[in-house]
Amino acid sequence: MTDLPTGIEPQAAPTVPLLARLRRAGETALGTLLRLVDRPMRLLQRLIGERRMAYVFLLPNLVFFSLFVFVPLAIDLVFSFTGGESLFPSQRPYVGTDQYAYLFDCGSFLDPASCRVDHFWRGVANTLRFTMFQLVSMVAFSLVTALVLNMRIRGRGFFRAVYFFPVLLSPVVVALVWKWILQRDGLLNAGLTTIGGQKILFFVDPGWAMFWSVFVSVWAHMGFYTLILLAGLQAIPADLYEAAQMDATPRWRVFWRITLPLLWPNLIVVIVLALIRGVQTFDEVFVLTGGGPGTATLMIVQYIYETAFASQVQNFGLAAAASIVLGVVLFLLTLAQLSRTRSAS
Amino acid sequence: MKPIQLLRARRRSGRWHWTDIAAYAYLGLGVVLMFGPVVWLVLSSFKTQASLLEFPPSLLPLSQQEVRVQGFPQPLPLFAATLDNGERRELAQVRRIGLIAQMIDPADPKQQYRVPTAKLAPVRHLSFVTANYTEPLQKFAFTRYLWNSVFVTTIATLITLLINSMAAYALSIYEFRGKTVAMLMVIGTLMIPITIILVPVYLVVTKLGLVNSLWAVILPGAATPTGVFLLRQYMLTLPRDLIEAARMDKASEWQIYWRIVMPLAAPALAVLAIFSIMWRWNEFLWPLAVLTKSESFTLQIGLNAFQGELQTQWNYLLAMTVVSLIPVALVFVFLQRFIATGIANTGMK
Repeated sequence: MTDLPTGIEPQAAPTVPLLARLRRAGETALGTLLRLVDRPMRLLQRLIGERRMAYVFLLPNLVFFSLFVFVPLAIDLVFSFTGGESLFPSQRPYVGTDQYAYLFDCGSFLDPASCRVDHFWRGVANTLRFTMFQLVSMVAFSLVTALVLNMRIRGRGFFRAVYFFPVLLSPVVVALVWKWILQRDGLLNAGLTTIGGQKILFFVDPGWAMFWSVFVSVWAHMGFYTLILLAGLQAIPADLYEAAQMDATPRWRVFWRITLPLLWPNLIVVIVLALIRGVQTFDEVFVLTGGGPGTATLMIVQYIYETAFASQVQNFGLAAAASIVLGVVLFLLTLAQLSRTRSAS
Repeated sequence: MKPIQLLRARRRSGRWHWTDIAAYAYLGLGVVLMFGPVVWLVLSSFKTQASLLEFPPSLLPLSQQEVRVQGFPQPLPLFAATLDNGERRELAQVRRIGLIAQMIDPADPKQQYRVPTAKLAPVRHLSFVTANYTEPLQKFAFTRYLWNSVFVTTIATLITLLINSMAAYALSIYEFRGKTVAMLMVIGTLMIPITIILVPVYLVVTKLGLVNSLWAVILPGAATPTGVFLLRQYMLTLPRDLIEAARMDKASEWQIYWRIVMPLAAPALAVLAIFSIMWRWNEFLWPLAVLTKSESFTLQIGLNAFQGELQTQWNYLLAMTVVSLIPVALVFVFLQRFIATGIANTGMK
């Protein structure tokens, strides 16, 4: 066949939409990658057999896990039994349990001031206080919000999004937003003075600093827990409620007898997750208060970070010992979670 | 929806219970409390340094109006002045001597007035100061931070998607010796957060020669247990016949993974991609520990360093914070639903 002249000159290629062009480029790149990797992979497959290819696929991920999780965990233990200032384990003298003894050298565990490493114990006390307040308010607010969002509400998607969006914000942004509102000449103090109050220096008063740390943390993460509870609420069969309505059961009784028991597994998940997160609290509080005033909002993780990286003498051994202690606490909490979720399912 | 419609709609479907009113009140309060702070941040980010220092703060970004008057090279600030005879006029201020300001009428520059400063009120109008956004681009390493964050987020997400999907593929499609051990390893990593291995990961990164390089931020978190679980759960649901058929056709295992399983797992990959982008963009503690040179700072570390400086320039800080919010806002607007279902299904974030 010959190309017959049609009288119409071939036009310049119609401008391909950018998105389509990008997509084509992406596909070519992926195709090239496939061809590049496929040849050696095929060879490998011939050598070791089809089923053992599983190890090949597993390998990269496990290398990462080993290198950045398991090996470090082992080194963490080594660190906690050595002293000196060097980062390299070979140059660190073995000191036995000295680091732990030093860490636990306390007149009374109830009084951080009586401890030799008083900042660590301040951190422990603050973290405990923070975690308790945060846990109670987190569970309360996320439960109420989930219950409200589960009602026959207009614009439910919108309201759900409203409570959820701070979850996506970075801790630095969350802290800066609130720092801006709470500062001396900020919005909140403006509100206080217009209703006739006095300005409050929120970050100079230890009580207020702790209050706002908890508040901001609840503000930022409440949406996450609300979603978990909402999923639980929506899984409760509707006919249970219909039956209760038939019997004209009062609402509070429906809540105690139907909603709460059936929501219990999700509530446990929320409680344990909030506990685990609470114990690890660092970023929001660190940016918001810097641990201050003094050491009023210094948390364990901030203590570890500062001992290892942000102090004059980098005390890696002490930081490692402190993180092993934290790790044991977290491990116990996670075990509690696993046993609970297993018994629930 | 208009409130009136809302009320009517509710009435038709049944009587109002006090809990309904309480619920709407709670939700209304929630909107103010959750959105309010971010709206306030965005509004404030458009104010001048001077109006940021004002107390009480104005709600909207206002700035003083200025006029050009013949014979004066600089634009002069405009005030509403109350004159001795009680008349109110808009005058431009030439200079201020003690408590008396020397003013002129912009319309008639020859006419001069001397007005006590107590009788002056600045004429202000709504103006959005975009200089807060453009100046940091030149003055600070802001573009550097931004680029670092984009680089870390993109590369880390790609690596995460690749190695997590490979592991998930192995754990969902094959039966092999040591599978249980591999699963236990994945679960194990869930229990070991970065907070407790901060020091030794720093050692590993130092040994690899990566301190102050962006790879030090990218690599340690690349393999995620959450991602492996998420993808594995999804891949378990894929039809096995498809894979068997491909094997019959002499497709290699890599081809099956890349050509068949990956495209089919696209929805799960999308969810993981969103998660990974959020994790990486917002990551704080680890970059804070490992990045000490300001040219390798990510946006979050840069913001933190900036707010810690002695004289915080809030106008720039607020604007940069808003910029760092943009990707998050985009994810929120377009992909909120995915994340919500992801969390509801896995209980992880």
